[in-house]
Amino acid sequence: MTCIPAQTDKKLGLVIDLDTCVGCQACVTACKEWNTGGHMAPLTDIDPYGGDVDGVWFNRVHSYEHITEMGGRTVNFPRSCLHCEQPACVTVCPTGASYKRASDGIVLVDEDKCIGCKLCSWACPYGAREFDTDVGVMKKCTLCVDRIYNDNLVGEDRVPACVAACPTSARHFGDLGDPASAVSQLVASRGGVDLMPELGYQPTNKYLPPRAHTTRAASVPAPALEPVRAEGGFLGWVDRMLSN
Amino acid sequence: MHPAFSVVFFTTATGAGYGLLALLGVLAGQGFVPPDFWLGLVGTGLALGLITAGLLSSAGHLGRPERAWRAFSQWRSSWLSREGVASVATFVPAGLFAIGWVLLGRTDGWVAIAGLFAAVAAIVTVCTTGMIYVSLKPIAQWHSRFTLPGYLIFSAMTGSVLLNALLQGFGIGSNIVLAGCVLLTLLGWGWKLATWRYNDRLEIPTTANTATGLAGGTVRSLEWPHTEENFLLKEMGFRVARKHRVRLRQIAQALAFALPLALLLAAFALPRPFAAVLSALAAIAQFAGMLVERWLFFAEAKHTVTLYYGR
Repeated sequence: MTCIPAQTDKKLGLVIDLDTCVGCQACVTACKEWNTGGHMAPLTDIDPYGGDVDGVWFNRVHSYEHITEMGGRTVNFPRSCLHCEQPACVTVCPTGASYKRASDGIVLVDEDKCIGCKLCSWACPYGAREFDTDVGVMKKCTLCVDRIYNDNLVGEDRVPACVAACPTSARHFGDLGDPASAVSQLVASRGGVDLMPELGYQPTNKYLPPRAHTTRAASVPAPALEPVRAEGGFLGWVDRMLSN
Repeated sequence: MHPAFSVVFFTTATGAGYGLLALLGVLAGQGFVPPDFWLGLVGTGLALGLITAGLLSSAGHLGRPERAWRAFSQWRSSWLSREGVASVATFVPAGLFAIGWVLLGRTDGWVAIAGLFAAVAAIVTVCTTGMIYVSLKPIAQWHSRFTLPGYLIFSAMTGSVLLNALLQGFGIGSNIVLAGCVLLTLLGWGWKLATWRYNDRLEIPTTANTATGLAGGTVRSLEWPHTEENFLLKEMGFRVARKHRVRLRQIAQALAFALPLALLLAAFALPRPFAAVLSALAAIAQFAGMLVERWLFFAEAKHTVTLYYGR
């Protein structure tokens, strides 16, 4: 059923810290490794060792240059499904393959019902869904639904693979519907934001903007090296020889 | 957006087919068109043939076409599902109307009522097609007040030009139908120009800043997550048409509006065999022009995901 539940018991999601993400792609590979054998397996790769590589990934890390009057910085930006509260990808689905769970708010695809019309990928402004041309169905992040409730894993491993893999703790997992949860507190203290809030999808995942520039660091880059003054004598001869 | 030919052909063909079906359903049922066997066979056959070909073409672009029947289930929330239901439901009154006209040789009584129902169902189906595109917020050029009226106008326009060619071919063309075609083609041309003008001046609130949550300043893409084109770029990062936009818009206008107008106006003045040939040429040129227009409708549409790629 593609109608969205009026409310969900939990709002499970991710909080991604753009201040500490170093763009190492560990979350990307951990996601691929887990999910190519997980709930929405396989994450097909087309021509993986050829010249025209393509394939399904749930998580992709971009790099941006953000320049403000305070200076410039590189921002690494992981992009994945935000498990929106108003997921148009679900309501546009003609078959009922896409759904949002009333229990925890996770947005999933039933691969046995998907007809591969791709309309859900058009309805997602974030590019979270990727079509598997080999299987003919749409695929997307499951928030590692087969990890987070998995009794066969020890407690600390019951988090999405991307969160478990992150070496800088830039990814956090929890219930964003509970104001007392660690992730909600983190969002409140760091001023976490929604992506494209103007479109009204109300994403569950939040992004923590990079911390403000401090005055402790040099406010301008070091001055450029001055040109070497022409010298006479032996050093001048060496300079002329090396310059030729 | 990537203009998949199956979808371009689907919306163009069904638009013309439903337009023709609606006009036949109203005009034949009300006695403006005689209940002639061959006219009925060719007319309803052309309308239902275009609709069926379009629907089959759209099923062809599915990843798993054998499951297409599932698409009738989610009409409560999905415009695509509603389109599926409406398109199939239209075949019921349209089929009764065609049977009454072609096999029983009558277009009065219950056949006329079936014709009216077919016309209403055809209009509803075109509306559901338009609403699929209107409902997509990430594509500002589609999520606009111009989209739904555009689908209805172009359906009426292409349907009327087909009807005129049909009637002229059977030697029962009239200046009223010709005038209707001219007016609808002018309306379609004006609407398309207004739509392009609106889209060209569109100020989209979604930017690389809101897409990344990085406030202020400029956000420039340094590096993509992948070196090759992926599904997102192939499906939503289509750029060829933006490069040739001006030329393609000229071609679309020439074929879909200017040439059919000239041919239709000439058909006013010329006797039957010439008028019929010109009317047929007008319909063919307009269909080709609408394929270009619909191709541009997709190719010029910009999805918000391209912001992540600095496009």
